[in-house]
Amino acid sequence: MVQDLGYLKETPSQTAGPYVHIGLTPNYSEIGGVYETDLGSVMVNDKTLGEHITVTGRVIDGAGAPVKDAVLEIWQADSAGLYNSPSELRGTADPNFTGWGRCPTSSTDGVFRFGTIKPGRVPFKDGREMAPHITVWIVARGINIGLHTRMYFPEETEANAEDPLLARIEHRDRLATLIAAKEGSVYTFDIHLQGDKETVFLDI
Amino acid sequence: MSKGSNSKPETGAFFARDRAWHPPAFAPGYKTSVLRSPQRALLSLDGTISEITGPVFGHSILNELDNDLIHNFAKPGESAIGERIIVHGRVLDERGRPVPGVLLEFWQANAGGRYRHKKETYLAAIDPNFGGCGRAISDNEGHYAFRTIRPGAYPWPNGVNDWRPAHIHFSVFGHGFAQRLITQMYFEGDPMIWKCPIVGTIPDKQAIEQLIAPLDWGNTIPMDARAYKFDIVLRGRRSTLFENRLEGN
Repeated sequence: MVQDLGYLKETPSQTAGPYVHIGLTPNYSEIGGVYETDLGSVMVNDKTLGEHITVTGRVIDGAGAPVKDAVLEIWQADSAGLYNSPSELRGTADPNFTGWGRCPTSSTDGVFRFGTIKPGRVPFKDGREMAPHITVWIVARGINIGLHTRMYFPEETEANAEDPLLARIEHRDRLATLIAAKEGSVYTFDIHLQGDKETVFLDI
Repeated sequence: MSKGSNSKPETGAFFARDRAWHPPAFAPGYKTSVLRSPQRALLSLDGTISEITGPVFGHSILNELDNDLIHNFAKPGESAIGERIIVHGRVLDERGRPVPGVLLEFWQANAGGRYRHKKETYLAAIDPNFGGCGRAISDNEGHYAFRTIRPGAYPWPNGVNDWRPAHIHFSVFGHGFAQRLITQMYFEGDPMIWKCPIVGTIPDKQAIEQLIAPLDWGNTIPMDARAYKFDIVLRGRRSTLFENRLEGN
């Protein structure tokens, strides 16, 4: 026998279910008066540094139908590439930028929408710069454990070409699933849960 | 990061998730998972700064009644109907260390199993004094607590006659976005637990038992509320002693 490592097991995940909005966005689900605002609904203000953008899209299931009861959260660096987190030791992030947002997909058309800024580049573990990206986490009825993915920017051709994560995608035609479409300051990022256009999801 | 902590912020990557312990994406007994589960393998990535960091919320977001679901939606002088309970526990990591300063959010049905949600059509009545949401931030030792009423079981259109056991949904942040977790708490002794297709998405019986809160008689308050204890374990962090720290990591 050897010593016990003494580790605990992580609490297992369960689906967020169809009524996730009660807990995460109660004002959106017409439970007013408990919280002043829904957490994560505003990421920026007038003083936030950087290029202000909109990130929008839908989550599509394996039959091609939009998922109208999902909640998305995004996490990203500020315009200088710094995270608004105590674990960020490289500097102090823009105090006018939360770096974190939360948005339900609409119960009528399935669209989500974030008002944010374009993030700066942050380093990979070996010091190489990653391309600008937004980390995305998706929960919904039917999703047993939250799905992580990343959104990249289509105009960042050179940075994307040297991004260490994108470089690890063996099937090169799947890279496109992580790159948003741009029109003016609006980026559209559709997430396909399953099928031919399935988005690359991450075990992070 | 909680105020008053004298430890340095942690920057180690997280332990890899044991995905055989968690439910798989595709679990056909839970029908909605069939079309909402990725079929390709996940792309594995040891944590970068994008996942090691995460949002942290200060106590300033909390209102006085945020952790009291009996009263936070009730009219003045009134309260929600049902069995009054306290749910409390600690947020720990896989190394058994407390995780302070993390936001927990809770949501649930009322005593009759009815959710306050426009898409919910169950014929059990809405409680005019019950909203069903609450939140708390763990203290320096990782403790959290809230008051609520015990939710009822409710039927759902999965199998012809499927019912959810009484449960409370939990959303938990850690200190890094990779620790983000949503789960459900069940109640000790509920025979419905072992019939539920959502519980049954978890392959390992021991993992299911980790979601069942025991009745905590010691903390039950006489003539007021019974207590249930529910500890939550988030992913552990590797010691930075073991990190190959290159510039910027």
